[in-house]
Amino acid sequence: MKITVCIGSSCHLKGSKQIVEQLRHFIEENGLNNMVELGATFCMGRCQKGVSVSIGEKFYSLTPENVNEFFNKHVLGEI
Amino acid sequence: MSIRKFDTKVQHLKYKVLREVAKQAWNDTLYDNLLEIPKIIVPGNKPTMRCCVYKERAILEERIKIAMGGDKNFSNPIEVIDIACDECPVGGYEVTNACRGCLAHRCEDVCKFGAISFDHNYVAHIDKDKCKECGACAKVCPYSAIVIRRRPCENACKVKAISMDENKAAKINDEKCISCGACVYQCPFGAIMDKSYILNVIDLIKNQEHGDYKLYCVVAPSISSQFIYAKLGQVISGIKQLGFHTVVEAALGADMVSASESRELAEKGFLTSSCCPAFVDFIEKNFPQMKQYISHNLSPMATIAKYIKKTTPNAKIVFIGPCTAKKAEIQKESVKPYVDAVLTFEELQALFDSRDIDITTLDEDVLDNASYFGRIFARSGGLTDAIAQALKEQGLDKDFIFKPCSCDGIEACKLALLKKSKGVLDANFIEGMACIGGCIGGAGCLTHGEKNKAEVDKYGKEAMEKTISEAIKIL
Repeated sequence: MKITVCIGSSCHLKGSKQIVEQLRHFIEENGLNNMVELGATFCMGRCQKGVSVSIGEKFYSLTPENVNEFFNKHVLGEI
Repeated sequence: MSIRKFDTKVQHLKYKVLREVAKQAWNDTLYDNLLEIPKIIVPGNKPTMRCCVYKERAILEERIKIAMGGDKNFSNPIEVIDIACDECPVGGYEVTNACRGCLAHRCEDVCKFGAISFDHNYVAHIDKDKCKECGACAKVCPYSAIVIRRRPCENACKVKAISMDENKAAKINDEKCISCGACVYQCPFGAIMDKSYILNVIDLIKNQEHGDYKLYCVVAPSISSQFIYAKLGQVISGIKQLGFHTVVEAALGADMVSASESRELAEKGFLTSSCCPAFVDFIEKNFPQMKQYISHNLSPMATIAKYIKKTTPNAKIVFIGPCTAKKAEIQKESVKPYVDAVLTFEELQALFDSRDIDITTLDEDVLDNASYFGRIFARSGGLTDAIAQALKEQGLDKDFIFKPCSCDGIEACKLALLKKSKGVLDANFIEGMACIGGCIGGAGCLTHGEKNKAEVDKYGKEAMEKTISEAIKIL
């Protein structure tokens, strides 16, 4: 599974760095390093809905508050 | 010029050509109207710049060729328009009428070549065949009566790449030229131009619609001192309105470079920077024995472009900056895969206006990826500050004593390299910037002003990320 976090200017200002760190932490904590790849891209063209994160074709709007929920549902739940 | 967007009228003329070529290209009418463009720019039959409109238009045709990419047989992005060259007089050292025919004759005594003689009024004369242009006589004359008359292009070219051809027009020696563009900016007749890839960029934008790629703009941090009639956020909006997918700071590439260059420096013990392509070219052409010391890092432009292409394989990248030498850099095998085209700020202005985009009316978009340190690469001394910071952040400053030598302009670079090659340079790092002031002094800038350095520093301080390691942590 590949999770891509938008690190374009708009999402960066909304905290994509923190989201990346939280996701890194969750992946590590759950021992998913070999199963989940965390990537970055500059701008997904969804600046209004940042921080934008995608898994495959699906997009999610994350905040530091809902990362946990996202991870449980869409990462742990799908793996 | 209702708003003063440029320093000189020469830039303005070049801009008008670029804007018109771009306008026609957007409309797919360039090849139909090619022969009409000179008349669009110089209408009527009264000359405004030269002896007659026909010469003006003939020169414009040459400018149009260069705006369309120039002579494909030569890779140097700097090209002379021989018919535009005014064949300025090249007097060399001359005695002016300030010479009082004194008794001391210091000029004669100091001349090692016996080039000075005196007429019946005891006034000095210089024998051009004997004169080696050392300038010693001019220095000792108590009346400052001896002056050097040099062509502005030759004077601007500190690497001595410009000479005269058999018709007395300026000629560039590509073996020496570092493509810095100093002559382009200094020639008062606009007889030297940088080739433009504006048409390639328009094609990249147009084909994006049905192509399978996204077009990224990587913008140099010196943009903070440009487009001063608008807000930086409006410039970013303008770039997106042209059709770019997004804009990324080259300064983030500079942060990446600082981090790895500082490690390379601490490991090797001596290094020169590799950010400025004209400086790197200068070393390769003039100090081949020093090549081993050039940092192995790609430039910030190429570093961030490489990262973008790695993370987004369907990206195509246009770099926009102040630099004509970048147009040469992207032809290098090591950079070619990452950057698809280079534009200058002058060309960006022409692109905006070719689409009638008035950036002052646009909303402000954001541009914020890099740290303060990445952003100050745009001015002389900034790179050195960033390396010092990166050494500190990585705890490398304890065992390694950083002794930088910041070289502002290619003459200062030459001096430092000369000292290093003789083993007498008291430094372990050379920051080389070919343009005076650093990138903010680049030939592709719209304007060059006293406040530019302060603008860069101000923009640096506005960065959300305060340290290099925080800025690159996300990558």
